[in-house]
Amino acid sequence: MIKWWKILSALLILYTLVLGMLGPVPHLDILNETIRNLFYHVPIWFAMLFQMGYSVVYAIKQLSKNDLQSDIISNQAAQTGLFFALPGLLTGCMWAKFTWGTWWTFQDPKLNGVAIAVLIYLAYFILRSSIDDEQKRARIAAVYNIFAFVMMFVFIMILPRLTDSLHPGNGGNPAFGKYDLDSNMRLVFYPAVIGWVLLSLWILDVKKRLAILTHKENEQ
Amino acid sequence: MNNRIIIFLASLLMPFLGKAQEVAGPEMADTFRSEGKIYVVITVISIIFMCLIGYLVYIDIKLSKLENKNRNTN
Repeated sequence: MIKWWKILSALLILYTLVLGMLGPVPHLDILNETIRNLFYHVPIWFAMLFQMGYSVVYAIKQLSKNDLQSDIISNQAAQTGLFFALPGLLTGCMWAKFTWGTWWTFQDPKLNGVAIAVLIYLAYFILRSSIDDEQKRARIAAVYNIFAFVMMFVFIMILPRLTDSLHPGNGGNPAFGKYDLDSNMRLVFYPAVIGWVLLSLWILDVKKRLAILTHKENEQ
Repeated sequence: MNNRIIIFLASLLMPFLGKAQEVAGPEMADTFRSEGKIYVVITVISIIFMCLIGYLVYIDIKLSKLENKNRNTN
């Protein structure tokens, strides 16, 4: 009854919870043991980006085929993605406090970009819920979804790379992959990314089915 | 009671004891792992995670049943 990839996601994450704590990591100044956060903080954001990508694919599908099911899936995926942004932000704050010395800094383009991206998606839900007509709602939400995805990509992936940033992988700072992600960490990091993306898909699957069922109930 | 005060005062010296053991290179929790008990933490994390997954499985199955019911009535 439970699909194989759902079991796989649970096993992969369980594996990374154990190996992430026990496995060897490079000895680095300032980071110390917090480098292990890489196994938990980063995959959460990967899952969030994946969900937003999933959402925009279904938004385009909605516009080309004009079916309401795609609109429901698109909306649910955006919700799941935004949900994953919450632990991503909180773990990021925690990590920043103990390595950069502050919970949040408004000088950092990566952090600001993420905050703006979250606000853009919050506006998506407000926009979507403010339209009563189903067809109209689906179309306008899909168009805004494409805009939101592009803006999120610009704010999270492009702009932080153009200026100075504390965050690794941006503005001249090397990402962990360049120097620190040794082969031992890769053995935990990649399964963690796959595991969390699959788990986000599992949550989306449950949410989507529930939404479609609710939609059917309302139609009757 | 006196013992407790002595232990409390002794515990205040703990950070200085730690300083004495400083080694070259960034400070890592190497002995923390070898001395065990980290396994307790890992077990706790794993139990919490498995409980969450179990809950998700439960919701998933419940939803499947609801879907089947809905399919049959229509």
